[in-house]
Amino acid sequence: MDLGQINPLLLLASLMVAATPILLAAIGEAVVEKSGVLNLGVEGMMITGAVVGFAFGVNTGAPSIGFVAAAVAGAALSMLFGVLVLYLKSNQVATGLGLTLFGLGLSALIGKPYEGIKAPTMAKWEIPLLSDIPVLGPIMFRHDPMVYVSLIIVALTWYVLTRTRAGLILRGVGENHNAAHALGYKVIRVRLMAIAFGGACAGMGGAYISLVRVPQWVEGMTAGAGWIALAIVVFASWRPWRVLLGAYLFGGISVLQLNLQAAGVPIPVEILAMSPYLITILVLVVISLRGNHGAPGSLGREFHATH
Amino acid sequence: MTGDMRQGDALMTLEGLTKAYPGVLANDQVSFSLLPGEVHALLGENGAGKSTLVKMIYGLVKPDAGQMTLNGDDFTPVNPAAARAAGVAMVFQHFSLFDALSVAENIALGMDNPPSTRELASRIREVSQAYGLPLDPDRIVGDLSAGERQRVEIIRCLLQNPKLLIMDEPTSVLTPQEVEILFETLRKLTSEGTSILYISHKLEEIRALCEHATILRHGVVVDTCDPREKSARELAELMVGDKLHVPSRDPAEPGAVALSLSGVSMPSPSEFGTDLRNVSLEVRKGEVLGIGGVAGNGQDELLAVMSGEARAQDGSITLAGEEINTLSPGARRARGLLTAPEERLGHSAAPEMSLIENALLTGSVREKLVDRGFLRWNKTEKFARRIIEAFDVRTPGPDNAAGSLSGGNLQKFVIGREVLQNPDVLVVNQPTWGVDAAAAASIRQSLLDLAHKGAAVIVISQDLDELMEISDRFTALNEGRLARPVPTQGLSVEEIGLMMGGAEDGEVAA
Repeated sequence: MDLGQINPLLLLASLMVAATPILLAAIGEAVVEKSGVLNLGVEGMMITGAVVGFAFGVNTGAPSIGFVAAAVAGAALSMLFGVLVLYLKSNQVATGLGLTLFGLGLSALIGKPYEGIKAPTMAKWEIPLLSDIPVLGPIMFRHDPMVYVSLIIVALTWYVLTRTRAGLILRGVGENHNAAHALGYKVIRVRLMAIAFGGACAGMGGAYISLVRVPQWVEGMTAGAGWIALAIVVFASWRPWRVLLGAYLFGGISVLQLNLQAAGVPIPVEILAMSPYLITILVLVVISLRGNHGAPGSLGREFHATH
Repeated sequence: MTGDMRQGDALMTLEGLTKAYPGVLANDQVSFSLLPGEVHALLGENGAGKSTLVKMIYGLVKPDAGQMTLNGDDFTPVNPAAARAAGVAMVFQHFSLFDALSVAENIALGMDNPPSTRELASRIREVSQAYGLPLDPDRIVGDLSAGERQRVEIIRCLLQNPKLLIMDEPTSVLTPQEVEILFETLRKLTSEGTSILYISHKLEEIRALCEHATILRHGVVVDTCDPREKSARELAELMVGDKLHVPSRDPAEPGAVALSLSGVSMPSPSEFGTDLRNVSLEVRKGEVLGIGGVAGNGQDELLAVMSGEARAQDGSITLAGEEINTLSPGARRARGLLTAPEERLGHSAAPEMSLIENALLTGSVREKLVDRGFLRWNKTEKFARRIIEAFDVRTPGPDNAAGSLSGGNLQKFVIGREVLQNPDVLVVNQPTWGVDAAAAASIRQSLLDLAHKGAAVIVISQDLDELMEISDRFTALNEGRLARPVPTQGLSVEEIGLMMGGAEDGEVAA
């Protein structure tokens, strides 16, 4: 065992990379759930985003186009869910699970020709001045653009939800759709937009795995990241900054346990492998024990416009 | 019938408004007009079309035919925002507050162009003080009392300086003191020229507040009147279109003691509840005991300790001489003590479940609806049908969800379900809350009939008229203490007031 070979700076830097897919998916889902819809199809939208993003990235040679395509693909798939749930009033849980299964199958089909190909690399952005700060610079300011994009999305989500009228309406719709309808808000339209946002975020999160993190296409490569994103949203009490905390905690421990395995720490591999899940859930449970949990009042409920 | 002289200077006129839903003509050629600064009552039984009518005025529902004018101009709101912009505001009966959001956020959601958060907070303070409805903009609505929650809705409307304020059942959840405050606010508003369209089942309140009433029956305007010149009974008969049946029975000698509580004390199970303190009472077979008092003085706790949902810490509860304090609700039901709590949706009925399933929930033991662990659906359905028939519950069938029934119909079902199980003792809390006059009369009659057949009945209610009408003896809860019961006959308003105010036993009984 040689713990000396673990470089803490590298570890912290790779934490952000490891956490970004889950962060993107979770922040999107947080918005969807804030509007009162439970979309369990995150995993399916992520994997679809992963394969579509990879295909576009490889064919155009530009990962950025891959991310845009992944966002569009995720949003398109989520609209399928949106129409089923909001207009045809299908059960949200069953439809979401179906979406996940559908996404896994669809991605395997699309991805067949792309197996074994390497993704085009994405240039890192070294932010001038900031990246030269000792210690902090390499950890925080020498990443690919999507890491920054994901952080900006979290900040914007927080701002919009808590500081703007659009966010207030979205929270109102999620809290009590009958009241929102009675006051004249378009419940279904608001929810459709939230679902599309969630789909786009999940799609980008998936593409980040196939284009940056791995970077190649492997069938089923999201490996449950969508489910972790869903859990993080709940344990983060639907708050954007806690979602960030949860995602980075999970990412951090995933990276750390891999390093520990490599260093030959005498802990069974199984325990190390399960540690990110255990610790993330534990920490977020402790946080959510205090204060209000804030599940949106209409979460998962069917909405019928009454006359 | 409203007369042309009213239309000339009217604030709003409705002309031939018609709205049909599949199978029902909710509004048929409804016409009337509203004067500036008047309180106009809209009367009718549950399902008479009042809600549909106000939803058309508020832009939530489009009329199939007919016109509206506001200040002489055509008024066809396409959505609530358009109605609000034109000066029409509405306070809803339910469904319009967001529990997890703050007072200020709730108010902002009801406005079209809310000012910045800080400015809104100061305007909320200002307006709420001016109308005597103090309100803290930062509090979370879910933590507020029913009266405070309604203030939020009213302030939300007042901030838009409405010309017409629509109020749907505004007093059904308020204590008498809160009603007084509300009426003062409304009078202040009308003195400033705002008109109010007021929907309520409480006819005495309408007589006290309204200058004009339009009466709807089955979607048609059947009459208009000045409610101050009519008695509550005449108004009720106009609504029903028939002689109102006044509950009656032959007085009978009360029999043996059926249920008795002695020295019962219990800390409230809920955070904002009231502890019961040394409560003693006796109710005899064939007798109706009325328990009055302002809401929140221990009514829910008293019902819970009798039903078995909570256990008394001190004291004893005996049913026909047997100590039952440690028995579960099911065991008490089996022995003949049945209860119907106040909250229809969620406490006395499961809203998402069908009437058949709801019939099973409390009837399984006494009606033998379960056989060796298996549910006997046929028998249960028969039981549900029996309730529906005997209590005139209006529903397409027993398969319908309890939550789809109107409040009055569900209340009839909930009370009927207990009455038909032939209880030895029946305890009901607020049996006619939010129920129209005809349904209330039939519920009261069923309670009296039950007592006449020899059951002991305890009615907990905030409606003093109701208690005076049906109870043999009266007592009141005040901060978890129960006054000594006295015969209802010949009881004066002063004495009742003293009991509700918590006077010592001796003073009242004298």
